[in-house]
Amino acid sequence: MTALLLRDLRLATRAGGGFGLGLAFFLLVAVLVPLGVGPEPALLARIAPGILWVGALLACLLSLDRIFALDFEDGSMDLLAIAPIPLEGVVAVKALAHWLVTGLPLTLLSPVLGVLLHLPGPGYVWLVLSLALGTPALSMIGAFGAALTVGLKRGGLLLSLLVLPLYVPTLIYGAEAVRRGVDGQGAPTALLLLAGLTAGAAALLPFAAAAAIRVNLR
Amino acid sequence: MGGSVSHDLPHRHSRSRCRCRSGISGCVVGLTVIDLACARGGVTVLAGVRLTLPAGRALVLRGPNGIGKTTLLRTVAGLQPAVSGRVQADPESLTYAAHADGLKAALTARENLAFWAAVHGQGGVDAALTALNLTALQDRPAQHLSAGQKRRLGLARLLVTGRPVWLLDEPTVSLDAASVALFAEVLRGHLAQGGAALIATHVDLALDEAAVLDLTAFRAQSRSHGGAFDEAFA
Amino acid sequence: MLRSEREPKGAWLSGMSLWEYANPRRFLQTSARLLPWLAGLSALCLATGGIWGFFFTPDDFRQGSTVKIIYLHVPAAMMAVNGWIMMLVTSLIWLIRRHHVSALAAKAAGPVGLTMTMIALVTGALWGQPMWGTWWAWDPRLTSFLILTLFYLGYIALWAAVEDPDTAADLTSVLCIVGSVFAVLSRYAVNFWSQGLHQGASLSLDKEKNVADVFYLPLLVCIAGFVLLFVTLVLLRTGTEIRARRLQSLLARERMA
Repeated sequence: MTALLLRDLRLATRAGGGFGLGLAFFLLVAVLVPLGVGPEPALLARIAPGILWVGALLACLLSLDRIFALDFEDGSMDLLAIAPIPLEGVVAVKALAHWLVTGLPLTLLSPVLGVLLHLPGPGYVWLVLSLALGTPALSMIGAFGAALTVGLKRGGLLLSLLVLPLYVPTLIYGAEAVRRGVDGQGAPTALLLLAGLTAGAAALLPFAAAAAIRVNLR
Repeated sequence: MGGSVSHDLPHRHSRSRCRCRSGISGCVVGLTVIDLACARGGVTVLAGVRLTLPAGRALVLRGPNGIGKTTLLRTVAGLQPAVSGRVQADPESLTYAAHADGLKAALTARENLAFWAAVHGQGGVDAALTALNLTALQDRPAQHLSAGQKRRLGLARLLVTGRPVWLLDEPTVSLDAASVALFAEVLRGHLAQGGAALIATHVDLALDEAAVLDLTAFRAQSRSHGGAFDEAFA
Repeated sequence: MLRSEREPKGAWLSGMSLWEYANPRRFLQTSARLLPWLAGLSALCLATGGIWGFFFTPDDFRQGSTVKIIYLHVPAAMMAVNGWIMMLVTSLIWLIRRHHVSALAAKAAGPVGLTMTMIALVTGALWGQPMWGTWWAWDPRLTSFLILTLFYLGYIALWAAVEDPDTAADLTSVLCIVGSVFAVLSRYAVNFWSQGLHQGASLSLDKEKNVADVFYLPLLVCIAGFVLLFVTLVLLRTGTEIRARRLQSLLARERMA
């Protein structure tokens, strides 16, 4: 399992691994939105929590199809399926690797983008906390979607269509935590719900994703 | 008619015994296939396949293209469900190698092998590199290896899994004559240690230990293709 | 882990034969006999409930005659949700019993459920415009139905994308189960979110509480009509899917021979 995690991290950070693309996309969103809606600080401050969360979500979405597709094409998935580690574990580890190269950097970069969007002072803590708690759920749900579509030739767009509605609760609780944090009331509730969602996704979705992969392998 | 498909031997207990290569002879090695029918794309291609593969032996599968050699190997490996029949083997004793080697282009030859060794809780990377004459290439990324060198690396992976029963799908594709001989040598050594191999190949590996099974005899009758479901609908 | 997963699959395969040989045909025979009755009954209920509701009930003292769209809106919304529940049940039956008709029934229910959701959304917009002064409000119920639409779209798209019918059935069933959990989660999340925005859902009408008896009886008839309509359409479409599968397998046989 550790070997798999290290291999995925190594692959992601070597040339052609696509590390940083998500970050660049996140940055693009934070730059494009003010260009689109105008520079007025009050307006930007108001929409900043939502924009940052939507941006993080889309940046996560961007690299989802790589979670299993490459291993599926080169035969690694066959070999992992008959290896002495459970496929559920493989799925969980690969989702974790995805989070480490996507969700975690997004979380760390988010305060900088918060400055660009005039996020009010009290919001920063909640922004980082909510992304840290919520992006693992995005990776895990995304891994499930990727497992469903891994057998398809051009599954990318379908993957987005399948995963986006599943992202709704995470997005709502995450953005709501930041918004309430800015207002100064009720943020911990949203954060707890978000943490519960992440815990549930991490506990149950590996089984669904592994089942989908077995179906796609045969 | 439709029997259950299972790998019968308990694998929880045998796992530890299979861990080390030196202990292969102590492991429950061997493979028995009883009345197996397998399907490709929802169409049954082979039916009534029976074969026995004891430790120390190899069985070469023959038959024209499309007869279902790959399908049979994948079914035996447990990668796809059988239509009917049984595969009796310890699932922890099987490993599979096919056209897709599971190699990562960005990793070096050594890193690729070390990964699969770690996944199977094994060592022996150096021995595997030596056995397939890859030591000089060990630090080269897999993307800069030739097709034949990649193939050899893919075969070296079999050694680091530490598993006794090899299911090989056209293992000699893109190997030159010298490499084929090298691989035959490795295979012979594996069998001598009490391993076994089920090989789909058109190349003569000059193995004394190998029997030949022609799959043409098991070609599914046109009447029974399509599996149980399509029977109900057609 | 991996192999223990395969055991029940084998058991399903062996247990399947009995269902399989009889059922697609028996399904077609039975549904062929039922369909005219179901279709007639649903047309009768819809006509009765519709005419009764639209012409023989008084106008609401606050909402005027616009309230009468309730006879389309509420039953369609109910069937949109029930359609998904039916898909969940048939998907589970497919995964557990490997009963092919069940998977095809789930496939058949998808577009019908989506249509019901669209009817509920469109009638909701038509109702909302005169009442709330806007075609669309991010009210919790409306938002939930919009999300339900996305779930239906994803489910239907996955069926369409996967070529092998059994693989498609397996994958869509898994999606349906996971989707059901997330649909419920979304419903609660949306409530949480909208309260945060509007300080209480002032725009949402709690229909069941507000509906008086004069409106209630024709509404019940309309709901019965929609249930019957849904069953009719699903049976019809399941039959079509079965025939399509039969055609496919005949073609496969032709190619092989």
